[in-house]
Amino acid sequence: MNPAEVTTPSDTTVIVRRDFDAPARLVWRAYTEPELFTRWCSGPPWSMPVCKMDLRPGGKYRWRWRSKENGAEFGFFGEFKELEKYRKIVHTQAFDQGNTGFDMGKEGTLITVTFDEKDNVTTVVTLIEYASKEDRDEALSTGMTDGMEMNYKQLTEVLIGEGNL
Amino acid sequence: MNIDSTLYQMEHLTQTFAALADPTRLGIVVHLAQREATVSELVNQFDLTQPTITSHLKVLEAVGLITRTRIGQSRPAKLALERFNEISEWIGQVQDIWEGNYKQLDALLAEMKQSQKKVKRKRKK
Repeated sequence: MNPAEVTTPSDTTVIVRRDFDAPARLVWRAYTEPELFTRWCSGPPWSMPVCKMDLRPGGKYRWRWRSKENGAEFGFFGEFKELEKYRKIVHTQAFDQGNTGFDMGKEGTLITVTFDEKDNVTTVVTLIEYASKEDRDEALSTGMTDGMEMNYKQLTEVLIGEGNL
Repeated sequence: MNIDSTLYQMEHLTQTFAALADPTRLGIVVHLAQREATVSELVNQFDLTQPTITSHLKVLEAVGLITRTRIGQSRPAKLALERFNEISEWIGQVQDIWEGNYKQLDALLAEMKQSQKKVKRKRKK
């Protein structure tokens, strides 16, 4: 599969596109079942102690990561706005800075994930809409364009640094 | 990676994106991508006053996106290609970040497909 394609179609948006070699219903499950979601959204040193999703319009979700190395915690939370099984998820997203002191934009984002299956390959398009250009640029410059695709490596570097602990 | 240089880089990128987020400045950058230009050429091109163009150029120069040389009376502006290479490198890094998780998702999906096949086989028996 080609690597993720990141584009900035307007001042306040980011789009990430990626193909997956699986039917949409499996990709959907990986996005919506906490035990599966946790498996691909966490990785050393980050564990995911909280992954709750009330999968219905108006339902809330909360994800929280924790570093086994230094106990750093952060997360995301929000509300599902629209759900179309195997096709589309729309949710708000706010950053929970936990104990990191890391700021990621003043206001939350609106995220639309669409799953488009063709010949058993599913194209996942993630549209992230920021409240302002400043918020988007801030998120982009830290490389953290979406909580689902958290940059463990970079965040680890930032939080731990080399010899900074 | 050194934490100070990481934070410095982030700060610098934020300023660079802010500089590019203005439609006129982006237009100037696109124009300069074709060829270098003097202030008066840009004034004609964009139908703006000289002070406006000059202030936009200052912003672009401050974040290192353009450089200005002096040739006699004129100071043509041109793109700083190294800076753009830095940005495209950084976009590559952002892509790597997403890729990291997506690769884990690839592996998970392969496993899910495999276990589905097993279930189907069992059902057939």
